[in-house]
Amino acid sequence: MRLRSKLAIRCAKLTSTLIRKLNRGSGVTLPGYVARIIDPKILSVMSGMIREKTIVTMGTNGKTTTNSILYHALKAEGKTVIINRTGANMLNGIISAFVLATDKKGRLNADYACIEVDEIASVGVLPQLQPDCALLTNISRDQLDRFGEVDITYNKIKTAVQSVPKTKLIINCDDIISYNLILECKNPSATYGISEQIFDDISRSEIRESIFCRSCGKKLLYDFFHYGQLGIYHCTNCGLKRPKPDYTATNIIFHDEVYSFDMDGMHIDSGARSPYNVYNTLSAYAALCSLNAPSKGFKATIENFDYGNNRESIFTINGARVQLHLAKNPIGFQQKISLVLKDPKPKDVIIQINDTYQDGEDISWLWDVDFQYLADANTASITTTGTRCHDMGLRLKYEDIPASSTTDLKKRVEELAANGTKNLYIIVNYSGLYRTNHLLKELQNAKNGGYSA
Amino acid sequence: MKLTIGHLYPDLLNLYGDRGNIQCFRKRLEWRKIEAEVIPFLSDDKIDFTKLDIVLLGGGSDREQELVCKYLIEIKQDFKDYVENNGVVLAVCGGYQLLGKYYKTDKKVIEGLDILDIYTEWEPERLIRNIILNSPLFETPITGFENHGGRTYIGSHTPLGKVFFGLGNTGKSGYEGVVYKNVIATYLHGPLLPKNPEICDYLLERALKRKYGKDISLEKLPDKLEHKANEYIVSRYSDKKYVLKETIKRYT
Repeated sequence: MRLRSKLAIRCAKLTSTLIRKLNRGSGVTLPGYVARIIDPKILSVMSGMIREKTIVTMGTNGKTTTNSILYHALKAEGKTVIINRTGANMLNGIISAFVLATDKKGRLNADYACIEVDEIASVGVLPQLQPDCALLTNISRDQLDRFGEVDITYNKIKTAVQSVPKTKLIINCDDIISYNLILECKNPSATYGISEQIFDDISRSEIRESIFCRSCGKKLLYDFFHYGQLGIYHCTNCGLKRPKPDYTATNIIFHDEVYSFDMDGMHIDSGARSPYNVYNTLSAYAALCSLNAPSKGFKATIENFDYGNNRESIFTINGARVQLHLAKNPIGFQQKISLVLKDPKPKDVIIQINDTYQDGEDISWLWDVDFQYLADANTASITTTGTRCHDMGLRLKYEDIPASSTTDLKKRVEELAANGTKNLYIIVNYSGLYRTNHLLKELQNAKNGGYSA
Repeated sequence: MKLTIGHLYPDLLNLYGDRGNIQCFRKRLEWRKIEAEVIPFLSDDKIDFTKLDIVLLGGGSDREQELVCKYLIEIKQDFKDYVENNGVVLAVCGGYQLLGKYYKTDKKVIEGLDILDIYTEWEPERLIRNIILNSPLFETPITGFENHGGRTYIGSHTPLGKVFFGLGNTGKSGYEGVVYKNVIATYLHGPLLPKNPEICDYLLERALKRKYGKDISLEKLPDKLEHKANEYIVSRYSDKKYVLKETIKRYT
């Protein structure tokens, strides 16, 4: 290895140690920055040390879950795998994941790398990583203040994958925007899709991106929609249509709060509670098969896989069941509303909306969510909080749904845990997740007498 | 009393919570016991402007705007007559650009409705941030969010307001939007109306007066929450320290 790369790795590790010692956060991006300043080519050096394959996962929703499935599936096959942490999906965070995984001599010991990549960052990341495979979950509206328009996101991803023409694309062909990448790029590709209608009306909502044919501009006809613009489409004018997917899931059944389905001759009793996770599982499987990666244990892995379906984010505070959910864009939020509605019991709801750069400074997407369904969700109270709590309150007001607001989340949670319905949903956008999670853990421990503060 | 609101091409122009403007019109009429009918006109539908009291033209991506262009040519004259006949229009972002003569993007020129004597030219750097305007038409400052690649040159038209914080029509002119007859055209999303109920009521009142005569006036609504949301943004950007901090963040 070049001396320069060694120095970069050493300094990045030192930075990481310092950050942790000073207790200035988890230190997932700065070490990468330091490494890159010292050696601009550090990422390609590192990815060159991966023994077998590198897989990147991109897309608006489902990146983290899909990437985690890939990671667990490969580990179950006895592979050593590098993965980047949630949120550390920009260039610096990805570099950090690699350099911090090296041994004392600065060498990587890894068969696979499973890397989640932010769509905007993809242009800089992919040429350096030279991944064997790029999995795209879907493209829909998200953080429009960063991305500008969905078309801009699309063009970024297109530029990124065109810069790595050998990388195999794993594409959701139910998504016309994603599918278009196959038509416009020369990369090898495989598609996945679901031909059964598995989403409920609430998930479907009205947010539809680009239902116009991207080749001829005519309106596309849909047999049905899954959600957003995803569905079974065709163009009556130029003949473009949703292709028959290379990988598909069938006999998808929702029973006892979880999904089971058939895929490639396997019957899978998953722990997935939302239909989105059927997609995520299918796409991960498609990627593994396309790479000829081992997948014998896939069924067992996925049946034991924790989709993060709230298990990690369910707390018991003062005898109340408290669930923490992340919703950072309209489609994600719609999914949470659908989840709230599936629970017939009385409930209290807290919604926290912040507008930091990470969250997206533009909160107008709240108006693209069909909140009117909350009127029938058997809610005893709805409380808004966060920097833009009044915008959230207004959104509800204009559906004639009453809500109050608070600046003291902790106090409100304690109040509701003590005197509420004992069934509390807390929905937060990005920047509130870490802190709220921490707060709820503390409250849970304090109330259980685990340790008192 | 009843107002009919035409939502133009929601299948193409539906960016950034534009639905919120429709919802605001609808609810603020309903809360006053005035009937509201919203008609979404999809891109193949025929539009009879004589039946409409308010028209909303929203924003779309550059590609979608190009698609919408061919539908606009068909309604150009009717739309123009509607405006000259004091029809009420709210045009946001892409809709604002389309009311002008043309929008020159990096690839081509999109012909507009030629209702306003303005034109728009694309520049690579998008103007994206919270924005606050002061307008002589309204007591409360106007707050919203701007996100546009186009720079709109409004010639001798009256702007909607003076930029207190943010970038506005061209990023340099210091002004934002256009007011012409009963048309308000602006780059402000947010969506515009819920946090600026004064604008909503201004448009509603003009539509009611046009239909039912001059002596119609709207009763006041309790807009406490609306004002709180509005004030939050105004006070945030009146704080010089905060503005400095945000500027530093933006450029690092």
